[in-house]
Formats: sequence, C-alpha cells, structure tokens
Amino acid sequence: MDAELSVIGSGPAGLSAAIESAKYGVRVELIDENILPGGQLFKQIHKFFGSKKHYAGVRGYDIGWRLLREAEDAKVNIRLNTTVWGIFQSSNNRIGLFDQQRVFFSKPKRLVIATGATENPLSFPGSTLPGVMGAGAVQTMMNIHRVLPGRRVLMVGAGNVGLIVSYQLLQAGAEVAAVVEAMPKIGGYLVHALKLMRTGVPILTSHTVLEARGDKEVESAVIASLDKDCRIVKGSEKELDVDLVCLAVGLKPDAELCRMLGCGFTYVPFLGGRVPIHNEDMETTIPGVYVAGDVSGVEEASVAMEEGRLAGISVAESLGYISEGEAEKEKDEIKERLRDFRIGPFGSPRQEGKDKILTEYKRWFSNEGKRDS
Amino acid sequence: MRIYDHPILGGLREKRKVSIEVDGEIIEAYEGEPIAAALLAAGIRTFRHTLRENKPRGLFCAIGRCTDCVMTVDGIPNIRTCVTPVREGMRVETQVGLGKWRRI
Repeated sequence: MDAELSVIGSGPAGLSAAIESAKYGVRVELIDENILPGGQLFKQIHKFFGSKKHYAGVRGYDIGWRLLREAEDAKVNIRLNTTVWGIFQSSNNRIGLFDQQRVFFSKPKRLVIATGATENPLSFPGSTLPGVMGAGAVQTMMNIHRVLPGRRVLMVGAGNVGLIVSYQLLQAGAEVAAVVEAMPKIGGYLVHALKLMRTGVPILTSHTVLEARGDKEVESAVIASLDKDCRIVKGSEKELDVDLVCLAVGLKPDAELCRMLGCGFTYVPFLGGRVPIHNEDMETTIPGVYVAGDVSGVEEASVAMEEGRLAGISVAESLGYISEGEAEKEKDEIKERLRDFRIGPFGSPRQEGKDKILTEYKRWFSNEGKRDS
Repeated sequence: MRIYDHPILGGLREKRKVSIEVDGEIIEAYEGEPIAAALLAAGIRTFRHTLRENKPRGLFCAIGRCTDCVMTVDGIPNIRTCVTPVREGMRVETQVGLGKWRRI
C-alpha cells in the first residue's frame, strides 16, 4: 500500500515531520538518497544552545540518535539509498524513485519536501584546486569518517559554520592559520567566536581570500584586507602556508524538487536566496505539498526540527487524523517557539524573511496565475 | 590522515579493513566508508582531470551534490566517490574528462 505521506529527506526537518505525523496515525514513508538517515546532524559534534526546548547543551549527533529512536517508536518506514528523481504535478504529485535497483513510482496523498541546503562555492583563482573544500564537507570528512583533509587551514567566512568548523578542525588535530571574513564584523554567535579566539586563531574581519596557489593541489593561499567599500587594499596581500582552504560562505536551499513541481518562489537573501513560498503551516503554493527546514529558508537545525513538526501536524490535520482544535493548539505552541528563535540581532532578519514569504503566499492566492517573478 | 584520537568523539573504533586498488596501487580502507574518505586517508587528493584543460579536481561538497569528486570505479565512470562505499577488491581510477565506459 502506498504511503499517505512521503517525506523527502531524513535530516532534522524530515525526521521531525515523519515522527510527528506518524504519531497521529498517518502512514509515512521517509525517503533519503543516503545510506544513513540523519542528514547533517551526525557531523554536528558541538553542543546546541538556546533554551531547553531547543535542545540546549545537547550535541548534534545525540539529537540525531534521539530522533532515530523516536522514528522507530512511531513506526516510520525509512527508505534509504533511494533517490527521488522527479515529481509530477500533472499526475497528482506522483513521485519517481530509484533505489539503485529499479525505477518505480509512488503516489502519496501528501508530500513534505525536506531536502535541506547546499554550500555556496566561491570563485577565485585556484578555487577549483584539490584542497579547496566546503566547510561542511570538511566537517563530514573529519567528524563522520574520521579523516582530516588537510593539516593547515584557511577558513573563509566567520559565520557560525566557519567558526564552528574551525574549532572542530582544531579538535581533530589540524592547525587553523586564520579565519577571514569579508564583512567588518564576525557574523556568527560570539560564543563560537570566543572559543576560537581563546586558542589564538586570528579572526580577520574585512579580509578575503584572493587566490589559492599550487601546481596540482593547494600549497598556499593569498589573503588581503578590504576597505569599507569592499575593495581590496593594495599592498595588504599576505601569503599563508596552508594546504586546505575551507569555504563557509553560506548555503542555498536545495529546492529543485519544488521547482520541478512548479511551486511559487520568492527571493529572500537572508534565508539563502530563492525560497519556495509557503504558509504558516509550511504548505507551498501547491496544495498538499509542504516544505520544512533549510529548503524553506536556511536557518539552523533547531528551527528545522520545529518546522518539520509543524508540517507533520498540518499533514495529520489535513488527512483528518487530528481535529482542527487540537491541531491549532499544538501548532500555536510550535509557532511560539519559532518566534522565540527568531528574535534579537541574529533572529529578527530571519523573522522578517519568513514574514515576507507569508505575505507572498497570501498575494499568490489573491492574484492567481502569477508565476515565479 | 586518519583521526585516531578525538576529544569529543573518542578513539577511532577498529572496523574491518578491505583492500582497494587505486590506479594500480593497493590501499587499505575501512569497510563501508566512502571511497573519498579512503583516498584522503591515503593522502590522495586529486580524483580526476577536466576534459578541456586537464585541470585537477578533488573533493568539494562531500554530500553527493557537486559531482566534483567523480572517478571511474570498476570500469564505470562518473561515480560520486563521496557517497559510494568501498568494497573489497574495488578498482578505482583517476578519471579524465567524462571517462570511458569499459566492460568489467
């Protein structure tokens, strides 16, 4: 029997959506193209923070194990090593799958797309050399596979990813020559920056990478400082002896499946660029199709889990497994926790972004026929 | 380089070892790890060369998105080494351009 709900992507958002809807009785299938579930949670070896409700003090991989246990208890059917290669709106959102053996189709009543995000590349001379890697890629290699891709590192970007991965590089035994950040101030949380600064790693704001040098692989990198208009200050170039350049310059939503379906999109730079328009219950402009987590705007794992729950409850409600009143109560609590997360200097631009998405959603249905603009 | 000791993750747990052949050389790998991890552990960082300019490429995203790390594996080109686990006796070759299909 086909599942009533297919959740695509088993990271924090997808797992939470699957668990939540399965708890109310929805027949759920959780699909992931990887051989292991959990998305990027298992490489997060640092403690999360915020409040208790947001898993403060718990390391990412422990959150991962908790979610996997909950998924098992809720009898979520997890289908690994399976790629969703297409979705067809013309045949009621039928999805095309490939499990490395055969191609087949599934026709769920509801879909939650929780495909996460991809790291941004950065173009500069030498940026394609072996030894220039995404910071998340380095994190995967060292924290999951226990292999260090370089010994001496230049980190590009002082947002949370750049700061956290720099610290994790030290924990794994590498040296971090410097962290460069093009903006005049550190982008990530101070707590992460301070941990790094206490070890003596320089965090150079208003600095960028100009070049990665090396015949066959990275042997050094050139950095320079930037003036207030982001122009390179002549004469400030410095060559650093590094064999690995890590790029932590943001992520963008992996929203190809939403595009394939024809979901409406809007541009929110602070959430990673073009994001699928969705309402407060995480439903896209295509009825019955929901998004959750980074694909709906790049934030953090804690937010992804809350959005996943929200989507899961909304699906259960729409299929009649939970009364409207009960659903509203549950959803309001989650929405309040999400609002808690999106306050302050780091949170409020994200709240503004999400508000814009909501406005676009309302506009979409008041102005039918309007396409992705 | 393998990370044997880690302040958070602890000591590296011994896993079953397998041997794979990389451009004719035999290297040791841990069963189930991605080909890319085994190569990095053996100090190999160049996985392929580009079609037109013969430029070296290696691992970039490590989660199967960017396809920069593709190699020819058991005669099949364009295999994403970051998401393909090693198997005993696997033959891995540095790929040039789009690679050549070969019967196994």
